[in-house]
Amino acid sequence: MRFRLFIASLLLMGSFGLAYSLSDRLPETVPTNQEVTAEDPFTLMMNVLTHKRCVNCHPNGDRPRQGEDSHYHNFGVVRGPDNHGLEGLTCNTCHQSENDDFSGVPGAPEWSLAPIEMYWEGLSRTEIAHSMLDPERNGGRNLKELVKHLTEHELVLWAWEPGVNSEGIPREPPPVSKEKYIEAVKAWAEAGAVVPAE
Amino acid sequence: MKVSFTLNGAPTEVETDEQTPLLWVLRDQLDLKGTKFGCGKAACGACTVQVDGTAIRSCSYAIKFAEGKNIRTIEGLGNRDNPHPVQQAWMDFVVPQCGYCQPGFMMATAALLEKVPKPTDEDIDRNIVNVCRCGTYTRMRKAIHRAAELHQSQNLKK
Repeated sequence: MRFRLFIASLLLMGSFGLAYSLSDRLPETVPTNQEVTAEDPFTLMMNVLTHKRCVNCHPNGDRPRQGEDSHYHNFGVVRGPDNHGLEGLTCNTCHQSENDDFSGVPGAPEWSLAPIEMYWEGLSRTEIAHSMLDPERNGGRNLKELVKHLTEHELVLWAWEPGVNSEGIPREPPPVSKEKYIEAVKAWAEAGAVVPAE
Repeated sequence: MKVSFTLNGAPTEVETDEQTPLLWVLRDQLDLKGTKFGCGKAACGACTVQVDGTAIRSCSYAIKFAEGKNIRTIEGLGNRDNPHPVQQAWMDFVVPQCGYCQPGFMMATAALLEKVPKPTDEDIDRNIVNVCRCGTYTRMRKAIHRAAELHQSQNLKK
């Protein structure tokens, strides 16, 4: 009987997903059966985090991507030892702390690639969420720190002010407003950071 | 906006719109024509200068960021009597053809040698991504290796 209950618990977890607590300790897992809708916080948040403005700099490899079609960054630009380019070709060779509308070069404070362990390219929404909640893949952040990063970091929020490209054409922002996204991230975290099943 | 910085070793102050690209301050206000306009998109590298030792595309660098910085242009790299090792190597291998892009290449190379004193071919390919429409890349590669040798021997004498 106990064995059957254990198996049932495992199945529930697999079917309905995992949740994380907003405590300092991560991850804490409990089964949930939260319904996923187009307007639920997880979906709204992921509509942003899977957008090219985010994923272009969370590549699965050492080459950043760029542009609306997420092509590899021009000039063979690579990650480098500190995620900030090479010795003679750093991110700051071209990118400064704000957009440059004359040249169309984007910029924001701490412009750099996300560390390789934080790659999102090629991951599903739930895989990205689990990655974000894994201290070994999120820079050692607890949930509060993760929420702060997602909702306050200037480089993250640059996505809503991405400037124009070299042709003067505005870059596409994420499909959810900044205010709605921030609200969604906080609501998702406060509700237990539930990660729905695939 | 007033902006103060060190330019080729000399204290400099300019007054201009804070968004003006450094390139145009250098060329139009300070009459330093060695830094070239190429694409205006931070793609070709003709406008490369050094800011605090880092190669920077001056066409995409608003002048307000120059406040308090140490800026070096091709005019401050060396002179006829005392050329920088990069300039000497460029002359030794007669690198330039039309020459338009060469100041940017030399500034990028000089910055690289400060961080990678003996660059391999791969280091050169990955770090020096400027564009030369005359196609002087082969001579440039030889000159960069030569510049590295000159730079190292110069450092040994210090």
